[in-house]
Order: sequence, then C-alpha cells, then structure tokens
Amino acid sequence: MKPALAGVLGVFSLALIIELAVQAGWVSSLVVARPSALPAAFMRLWSEGFVAGPVGITLAQAFAATGAAAALGIPWGYWLWRKPVLGEAYTPWIGAAFAAPTVLLFPLFLVLFGRGYATTVFVGFIAAVIPIVLKTREAFLGVPKVLLDVGRSFKLSGAALLRRVAFPAAVPGIFTGLRLGLIYALVNIIGMEFLIDFGGLGRIVSEMYFRFEIPGMYVAILLIVLVSWTFLAALSRLETWLRPR
Amino acid sequence: MAAAQIRIATLVVILAAWELVARSGLLYQDVVPSLFEIGTAFFQMFFDKETYWHFGVTAWEVGAGLAIGYVLGVAFGFVAGTRRFFGATVAPYVDGIATAPKIVFLPIVMLLVGTGIASKLALGALSAFFPVAINTAAGVRQVNPVLVRVGRSLRLSRWQMATRIYLPALRPSLVTSLRLGFGLAVVGVLLAEIKLSSAGLGFLANEHYSHYRVADLYAVLLLIFIIAVGLNGLMGRFAERR
Repeated sequence: MKPALAGVLGVFSLALIIELAVQAGWVSSLVVARPSALPAAFMRLWSEGFVAGPVGITLAQAFAATGAAAALGIPWGYWLWRKPVLGEAYTPWIGAAFAAPTVLLFPLFLVLFGRGYATTVFVGFIAAVIPIVLKTREAFLGVPKVLLDVGRSFKLSGAALLRRVAFPAAVPGIFTGLRLGLIYALVNIIGMEFLIDFGGLGRIVSEMYFRFEIPGMYVAILLIVLVSWTFLAALSRLETWLRPR
Repeated sequence: MAAAQIRIATLVVILAAWELVARSGLLYQDVVPSLFEIGTAFFQMFFDKETYWHFGVTAWEVGAGLAIGYVLGVAFGFVAGTRRFFGATVAPYVDGIATAPKIVFLPIVMLLVGTGIASKLALGALSAFFPVAINTAAGVRQVNPVLVRVGRSLRLSRWQMATRIYLPALRPSLVTSLRLGFGLAVVGVLLAEIKLSSAGLGFLANEHYSHYRVADLYAVLLLIFIIAVGLNGLMGRFAERR
C-alpha cells in the first residue's frame, strides 16, 4: 500500500470514529461537528459568500504585504551585502527579530492604524520582510567569487555587475526568502483576521464561533489548513522548478 | 566605523526620532508616548503585585503547554522518523496543520476545555507540538545509520535503541526543538490570552489597549519581548555549547 492511500484511509477512519462517537452521544455535537455535517456546512458557507470572497481577500493581503516587503527587503538585503560593516552591524538584530514574537506587537498597530486592512497587512509585512532581508543577504554572500571576478575582468561597471552577474546568481536564494515571506505573511494575516474579527478567512472562524455554528466553524478552520498547505506545496514546487539543475 | 559603533549610533537615532515624534504632536495624542512615559510605566509595573500574578499565569501556561507539546512532539517525531511508512503517511497532514496559524484552533480548544487557563495551555501545547515533531523526525532520519546498525547488531531492545543510540545522537536536534517549541508556545499562549482571557500578560496588554493606556501597553509588550528574546538567546547559547 502507498503512504498516500494509507493517509486517505486513515483520515476516513478517523472521520468515521468521530461520526460514530458524536452520534452515540459520547462527544457532544456542540463541541465536535459530525464529519457528515461538514459538506452541507460548506455549501451554506459558500452560498453566503463566506468562501471565495474571504479566500481572495486574505490572499490579496498576503501578496500586498509580501510585495511591499520585497520592494523594501531585497534592496535592504543587497545593501547589507554590499556594505559588509552594515551587514555585520544589523544582521544580528534582524536575526533576533526573526526569532522574536513580532506578531504580539499587533495591539500597538491597532493603536497606530486602527482596526482595518492597514493593521493586518502591516503585520504580514513585518512577518515577511525579515526573512526576505536575511535570505537576500545570504543569497548575495553565496554568489561565487569567481563569477564576480569574471565580471570585473570584463570591466563591467558596478550596476552592470549587479544586473548581469550578482543578481542572476542570487535569484534562487532570494526566491527562498520570498517563499518564506509569503507563507509567514499569509499565516500571520489569517491569525490577525481571527484576532481582530476583520478581513477574510480568519474572520470567518471567529464569526462562526460567535454564531455558535459549529460545523461552519470546523469547515472554516479546515479551509484555512487547506489554503495554507496548498500555498506551501505550490511555492515549494515552484522553487524546485526555478532552481538551476 | 565598527559594527558596534554603528549599532549604538542607530539606537541613538531611533530613540531620538521616537522622542521627536512623541513630542511633535503630529500623531494623535498618546499614540506614541514619550520614552520617559514608557520607562516610568515599565518600572511601575514591577511595583504592582498584579504584574507578578499575570506573569505567573502566563509562565505556567507557556511552561506546562510547552512541556506537553514537547513530550508529545518528540514521541510522535521519533515514531515518524524511525517508521518510514508511518512517517510518509502522516507527513502531508502534519505539514499542512503545521503551516496553518494555530490561533484559529482556539475556538475548538475552547469548546473542548472551556475558556479558562486550560485553553491557553492547550493552545501552547498545540503550537509547540508541530515544530518539535517535524524537527525531531528530521533529526531521527539524519542519525548516522552506522550507529543504528551497531545497535541492532548488539541486539538492543527497542527501549535500549531509543535511550542508548537515538537519544545521545539526537541531543542537538532536541535542543533546537525546544527552542522552536518555546518560541511558538509563547506566541500561541499570548495570542490566546489577548483574544479571550481573564489573566496573564496577554490579558494585561489587552486591558491596557481597551482602556487606551498606551504607555502601559508598550511597557507590557516590552516586558514580553525581553523575556521571550532573552530566553531564546539563552537556549541558543546552550545549543551552541554542545
């Protein structure tokens, strides 16, 4: 048997056990939704506009946050490579910020920007910009010296050396940063939407909980897991495809 | 200029700019409090008994949540790493849930165990579990196969294999797991506290936020950051010493 098949069978058996446990009354259906109630709940969410729209809103915010983070983070990472003393000075700070729970600053962003897209996108931006800066610097540091020397021997100007040699060689590493940034932005934005009851996918979970629509809440959470996982898998595929072999 | 001087200069510039913005009146009143107000609020916190109570609650939630998530994560990761078929079967599901933000599971957790301390503890455990499980499984797969074969040729029992072969070989990865798990448990617990709670540092931050005591809010967040970054740094140093 293949692992993928075993996985599907495992999920089905688990769903069956939960179904039986809820129907037998061992677990309250107010706590755990019956798996068989989920398709109907999904259709209801869909018809009420709680699926496609919110997914779009959340993804749009994640791309906007990552786009802004790339526009700032890639030049910043390049600069930290170009001026090694700046890299040496700031990289430990940025590394510490990477490990720090920056998302916990969101009450401050609420004070500064109010309860709206500015806050959710900004939280995504902060989450995305840090790995983008770090990976961009790493990517440039990883460019083989030989390539740069060849470029210099052709008397390329600084700008041409960057455009023709350093940047193309750094692209795979920079893409790793973008991939991480996009995933962190997405995850943090969804979490933020849930916390402040605003925006796309995360808000739906909160709304279903407060409406006490238990199957709807489970569907919304499953949808978030599915979207996050699809995103992760698609970006990993894209990265392997982009990497020079 | 050396790196250290650049850092000091940057810090001075940031703090001066902050103070300038705070006093300029450009932003709404109190949105950016002066450094003096934040400093005062920070030190006043230490004279307030309630701070220690809230800190204690959060520390318990993070500590116990991390302990549960860590033990379960190591056990699960160990099995997923040693049993190839099981590992390959669960990997896509574990990766999928690991990627999703754990805070959205809070409603399920609250339905299961109520809205009290147990729900924060459970969310801390859930947040810590996934990185620990994935990192442990990866660590197990990287254990030198020669060591495993030596163990087998000595006919070690499963328990002896785990404690005599895998555990010593896994030590660095177990320390890394603890660090990852800690970072995510802190985030999980505090976000859950901010969302809905009646005690803990996250609750305190939310109270200050909803009463618009901005300087106090900065002070609490500063405290949380100092503790989280400090402990993370300590664990990092411990990991490097290995």
